Amino acid sequence: MVIDLNSCVGCNACVVACQSENNIPIVGKQQVSMGREMHWLRIDRYYGGDLDDPVMYRQPMACVHCEKAPCELVCPVAATVHDHEGLNVMVYNRCVGTKYCSNNCPYKVRRFNFLWYSDDVTPSYKLLRNPDVTVRSRGVMEKCTYCLQRIKDVQHQAAVEQRELEANEVVTACQQACPTNAIIFGDINNPESDVVQLKELPLNYAVLGELNVFPRTTYLAQVINPNPALRNDVGIEYSFEEHHGGHGGEESGGEGDNHSE
Amino acid sequence: MALSSEPLNRAGNIERKEPYIGPGETLDSINNKITDIVFTAPRDTPRGWFLGFGIAFLLLMVFLYAVTDLLIRGVGVWGINIPVAWAWDIINFVWWIGIGHAGTLISAILLLFAQDWRNSINRFAEAMTLFAVACAGLFPILHLGRPWFFYWLIPYPNTFGMWPQFRSALTWDVFAISTYALISLLFWLIGLVPDFAKMRDTTKNSMLKFIFGIASLGWRGSAKHWNRYEIAYILLAGLSTPLVVSVHSIISLDFAISVVPGWNPTIFPPYFVAGAVFAGFAMVLLLVIPIRHFYGLQNYITMKHIDNMCKIMLATGLVVVYGYIVELYIALYSGVEVELALIQNRVFGIHATSFWALIFFNGLAIQPLWFKSVRRNLPAIFIISISISIGMWLERFVIIVNSLSTDYLPSSWAPFYPTIYDVALYVGTLGLFFTLLFLFIRTLPMINIFEMQMLQHKTATGSSVVDSGVGEQAMEKLGDRH
Repeated sequence: MVIDLNSCVGCNACVVACQSENNIPIVGKQQVSMGREMHWLRIDRYYGGDLDDPVMYRQPMACVHCEKAPCELVCPVAATVHDHEGLNVMVYNRCVGTKYCSNNCPYKVRRFNFLWYSDDVTPSYKLLRNPDVTVRSRGVMEKCTYCLQRIKDVQHQAAVEQRELEANEVVTACQQACPTNAIIFGDINNPESDVVQLKELPLNYAVLGELNVFPRTTYLAQVINPNPALRNDVGIEYSFEEHHGGHGGEESGGEGDNHSE
Repeated sequence: MALSSEPLNRAGNIERKEPYIGPGETLDSINNKITDIVFTAPRDTPRGWFLGFGIAFLLLMVFLYAVTDLLIRGVGVWGINIPVAWAWDIINFVWWIGIGHAGTLISAILLLFAQDWRNSINRFAEAMTLFAVACAGLFPILHLGRPWFFYWLIPYPNTFGMWPQFRSALTWDVFAISTYALISLLFWLIGLVPDFAKMRDTTKNSMLKFIFGIASLGWRGSAKHWNRYEIAYILLAGLSTPLVVSVHSIISLDFAISVVPGWNPTIFPPYFVAGAVFAGFAMVLLLVIPIRHFYGLQNYITMKHIDNMCKIMLATGLVVVYGYIVELYIALYSGVEVELALIQNRVFGIHATSFWALIFFNGLAIQPLWFKSVRRNLPAIFIISISISIGMWLERFVIIVNSLSTDYLPSSWAPFYPTIYDVALYVGTLGLFFTLLFLFIRTLPMINIFEMQMLQHKTATGSSVVDSGVGEQAMEKLGDRH
């Protein structure tokens, strides 16, 4: 997956799409205030510039499916593993809930069912859910699967039609919902897919790449116009329409806010 | 063997130095004093015991409530969140298991070094180890999201065709803790066998005679029995000695194998082991000081014992403080951004109070132990021991919670606040610990009778004909067989 920070406008459509696609429970105000929101995909915000007149940098963040995933190493029951396609998958049935995977995740994208969040008893709620996605019980860790059910669906379709998977055929929920096409998903083994070409751009970078976990989701850094007259990332009032361009995302540091998405 | 000549000299020296047993004790007086505590009729049990046991039992009920609620509702009753997914559960786990280490050190390592001063405190310290491990062992199970599947961490043949994931330190923990619990239990029970026989021979109550008769496994005190006993005991000591080092090293690896800044300094294993011994001796002192007072055991647990324990506490405490300094120094020296941010947050961040409290309770509060007058002042030692127990708890708080709350991506940083259920479970395990401890001091000889008698003989006659310490005779016997 590649996320283009130049295109992202921070509209949160991907977050909502992910939530409805993947049966992500809504935990309520009190649990969110305790830091237990269940979003598999979140939009990180970092602020720069003046305190009185800050600029916000956005970065959609979900499980980056590390090649050398720190979460897999520490799970005592092998509940999070790589599958044969290189996805980092959660085996809900195997998870006993040590939560070590979350502690060891540098991106903190894992979400834990601290309580019985998914009401799977109320009959009317059953129609709410995506039948292709497991509803997770209490005490189980969960995270972005790269919409595994969609990948499998497309693969089955291709198998039925007795053909190879086309480049860019798989579309994840977040990608589908993104109004600016900032999220691009595909097979990095297929040279024709868009992700391979995007990952070759000089703007491509890995968040926390220095940890050598080899994340499969990479980002295209925001490009800023260095001309002070044209610089649009500092000193201007932030507004949804105006704010494009910006700043190289990686070190777009500044004050972090606390998980209030 | 080198061991056989040295302790002789040391035994000789002991006479001139302060002895490890009070004056006027005879073989019989030792036997009577220790067995009397157990043989007191139930109605004559001291009121203080009932009071202590009652409080502990109430806390045990708090424990039952906390566990029941936890199992019904889930670990969300605690204050844990993402990013701080481990907090009081793992802090308490490490705290309890650390406390146990003094028992093993006293029983195994001091035995191998033929230290006479272990004799009067080893039984008690071993019991403390067992109960502390029992409390500690609960937490890794209870902290699971689905605790009823805890046995998936154990390798057993199953229809899933699944083994535990052996690269995870949590799997190593299973082996480390279960081995530790088993060896500690065996060591304690084997040490009790000759005393069970003594109890059997001393009591006039036929019921107790029957019970202790079974427990003593047919011990008649023949030379052959003693020979086998000593061999078994020294072998178990040999097995336990590496455990003192390995168990807490492995527990430190629970953190050290991770990528979390603040969890992965390479100094962790020795630093954790020292911390464990430090906390363990503090707990031994915390328990021994009131008990020797209430049961009048000043002749057995002398000021010299307490002095020695304080010295070990000071030494291990300094190692721990060195650990704190190295953690800070290496982070600064590395110049790695996340490490620097971690130090910044540890020292000045939202949970900084815990760090400064830690420096006070573990670093500054132990410094008076340099002075002999403090090491002989019971109230002072008691307060310092409490301070260390708090400090060692805070140390794990600083390591676990502070590091997790501010790791790599600032977007996910979040503080941790405990809930009433965090507190209830912790207080509850204190209840479990003290309930077991009160039952132990009431029903079993809390001081090793025969080892005290050997010590009395040695001190009185200045010879070591009878035993010269359990250790080296057995070592010689082992040597003869080759």
